[in-house]
Amino acid sequence: MNNKLIVSPSPHVHSGDSIEKNMYGVLIALMPAFLVALYLFRIDALKITALSILFCVVSEYLIARFIMKREPSVLDGSAIITGVLLAFNVPSNLPVWILALGALFSIGVVKMSFGGLGNNIFNPAIAGRIFLLISFPAQMTTWPTPAVGVATDATTSATVLSNLRFQPEALPALKEMFLGFEGGSIGEMSALALLLGLAYLLWKKIITWHIPVSILLSVAIFTGILYAFDPVPMNNPLIHLFSGGLMLGAVFMATDYVTSPMTRSGMLIYGTGIGLITVCIRLWGAYPEGVSFAILLMNAFTPLINNYTTPKRFGEVVKNG
Amino acid sequence: MKVGTLIGKTVGFVSANIHSSVSGTVLKIDKALDTSGYKRDAVFIQVEGDQWEEKIDRSETVVKSCTLTSKEIIDKISAAGIVGMGGATFPTHVKLLPPPGTKAEVLIINGVECEPYLTSDHQLMLEKTEEILVGTTLLMKAINVEKAVIGIENNKKDAIARFTAAVKSYPGISVQPLKVQYPQGGEKQLIDAILGRQVPSGALPISVGAVVQNVGTAFAVYEAVQKNKPLVERVVTVTGKDLKNPCNILSRVGISVGDLIQFAGGLPETTGKIVCGGPMMGKAIASVEVPVTKGTSGILIIPTLESKRKRMRECIRCTKCIQVCPMGLNPTLLMNLSEFGEWEKAEKGRITDCIECGSCSFTCPSDRPLLDYIRMGKGKVMGIIRARKG
Repeated sequence: MNNKLIVSPSPHVHSGDSIEKNMYGVLIALMPAFLVALYLFRIDALKITALSILFCVVSEYLIARFIMKREPSVLDGSAIITGVLLAFNVPSNLPVWILALGALFSIGVVKMSFGGLGNNIFNPAIAGRIFLLISFPAQMTTWPTPAVGVATDATTSATVLSNLRFQPEALPALKEMFLGFEGGSIGEMSALALLLGLAYLLWKKIITWHIPVSILLSVAIFTGILYAFDPVPMNNPLIHLFSGGLMLGAVFMATDYVTSPMTRSGMLIYGTGIGLITVCIRLWGAYPEGVSFAILLMNAFTPLINNYTTPKRFGEVVKNG
Repeated sequence: MKVGTLIGKTVGFVSANIHSSVSGTVLKIDKALDTSGYKRDAVFIQVEGDQWEEKIDRSETVVKSCTLTSKEIIDKISAAGIVGMGGATFPTHVKLLPPPGTKAEVLIINGVECEPYLTSDHQLMLEKTEEILVGTTLLMKAINVEKAVIGIENNKKDAIARFTAAVKSYPGISVQPLKVQYPQGGEKQLIDAILGRQVPSGALPISVGAVVQNVGTAFAVYEAVQKNKPLVERVVTVTGKDLKNPCNILSRVGISVGDLIQFAGGLPETTGKIVCGGPMMGKAIASVEVPVTKGTSGILIIPTLESKRKRMRECIRCTKCIQVCPMGLNPTLLMNLSEFGEWEKAEKGRITDCIECGSCSFTCPSDRPLLDYIRMGKGKVMGIIRARKG
C-alpha cells in the first residue's frame, strides 16, 4: 500500500450522476418523437436532424477551441440536444444553409457568448427557431405533407393551428392530431410520442412534473374557460393541447435545466406563464403558434423568479402545532 | 489505574468525564492526533492486565428494576461520561436537563442508522434489545415523560421484529418502522418522521417537546446506571469493499484505528482513504494512529479508485441539490454566495440551518463541492452572528 492516505471533507461517496447521464437521458426520451418523424418525413427528417446536430456540435467545438480557448466539451450531450431540438422545430424541407445559420445562432450567440453550458439565459434551440422564423418566415412556415396521413393530394399542407385560424372547416380529427399525421415541424408531430418521452424523463428523474404539467394545465384551463363561453373550435382545449409545438415545448424546451427556475414554486409560476402567453398569442397574436415566444419570454423572467421564490424550508411551517 | 478509573473530569457545562478504558500505568500526558486532524491533549497508558474497578458489575444478567430518582439517574449518567453515541458526542446529561420553561413530552430513541455501510447500531439492537429498553425506561424517568418511540428503518426488519416483541413488557415504549431514507438519523429529520413536527430554524428539539437519544446511548445509560460502568467501550463497524473480514467490534475507547483494521484482516493494498464514521458525514483521517473515541461509530476503508473526486464542472441548474436538501435550502446558491463572500445573503438563505449531511454534493451531476463551500460559509456566518451578539 502507498503510505499516503487521501484526506478530503465529507461526503466520501458520490451518486455517480453526471451531466452526460442527464443529457443522454433527454436524447433517449426524444427517440419516440424522432421515430415518428422518420416514419412521416422519411429521409428528410434524418437529413435535417443529423445535419443540425453536426452544425451545432461543430460550432460549439470551434468556438470553445479557437475563440474561448478552452477545452471543448461537445460530448457532454448538450450541443447534441440543441441540434435535435432545433431540427424538431423546423419543417423537414428547410434549406440546409438556413438550418446551418440557425445552428450557428443557437450555439454561437445564444449559448457560447454567455459562457457555454450552464450560463445561457435563453434556451438555444428556442432562440434559434425564433431567429429563423423572423428571418425566413416563408421557408419556416411551409410544411411538406407527411408521407403517411390524410391529405395526399398536396405537396405542402397547413398546420392545424393555421387551419384553426383561417380554415376551421379543414380541421382534422383529434385522434389524428394526437398520433401526429398532420402538417408541422419535424419533431412536434405526435403528442403521443412526446408524452412517452415525458414519461421516460419523469421515470429517470431527469425532470420533475412541475413545468410540463403547469404548462399543459394552464393551457387546458384557460382555453377551457373560453370554450365554456364560446364553444368554437378556436377555443377547444383538446385541439390546443395536441397541436403545434405545445407538447414539444412543454416536455423538452421549457424544461431545459439552465433556463428554467430552480424552485418548485418558481417552476409552477414559469409553467403557468408559458401556458397563458401561448394561448394569448395563438388566439389574439400575429402568429398562429406562440409556444416558442412564450418560452423565450419566460426564460427572461427566470432570474427574477429565482430571486423571489425560495424552496420550502424545513421548520418554516410547523405542522400539527 | 484500572478500567473505569476517572482520568479526565469535566470543567465546562458542555463536557463529559473520561475514564480509563484499560488498566495499567500512566506513561505521559501529551498531544495526539484526533479524527479532525488536530492534536489534542491525551493520556497515554501502558496496558498491564485487565483489572476493572470493583464497583463495576460485569455480569451479563439484565438488571431491570431501578429505584433512583430523575436527578440521581442524570447524575450517574454525567459521572459515567456518557455522550451522544451517534457521532456528534454531545454530553448526554446536558441534553437531559432541558432549558427552563420547556417541557419534554416524548423521548425518541434513534435506531435509524441511516449512513450506508454502518451496522454497529443494528448489531447492538439485535444483541442488547433488553438492555436498550431498560436504558430507554431510565431515560424516560430522567426527563419525566410517559412515552418513548424507537425509530428503526425498514431495512432492519429483524431489529424491528425483536423490538416489537420485546416492548410489550415495557409500558409507554413503542416501535415505529420508518421508510429507508437518508438523512433520517438527523435529529430534526427523525422528529419530523416520527411526530410530524418540524423543529423551527435555530431551535432545539425540546421546542416541539422531543428529546432524541441514540440506541447506543440508551445502552450506555443502562450500563452506567444499572451496572456502574462508565463509558469505556463502544461498538465500531470496521468495513470496506476490499477489507478481508468486515465486522462489528466491541472496542475500548482509545485503541488506535490501525489496531481495529488489523483485527478485521489488515489494511487492503488498494486503500486510498480511511474514514472515521460513515461515508456521508465521516471524517477522513491522515493516519491509522488516530484513536477510537466515544463517537466513532465506524471505520470505513475506501479504495483509491473511489477516493478521488472528479473534476468540478459548471452548474447546469438541474436543481437536484435543492430537491435532496432535507433542510429545504438552495445548496447551489449557498455555494456561490460562500465562494464570493456574500455573507449577509448567505445568512438570509439560512446557511446556518445546514446539517452537513452531504446529500447535495453526493447528488450533483457536475461534481460540484457544494458542501465544502457551504461548510466554510456556515462557519463564517456563525462567527459573524456570534460577533454581533456580543
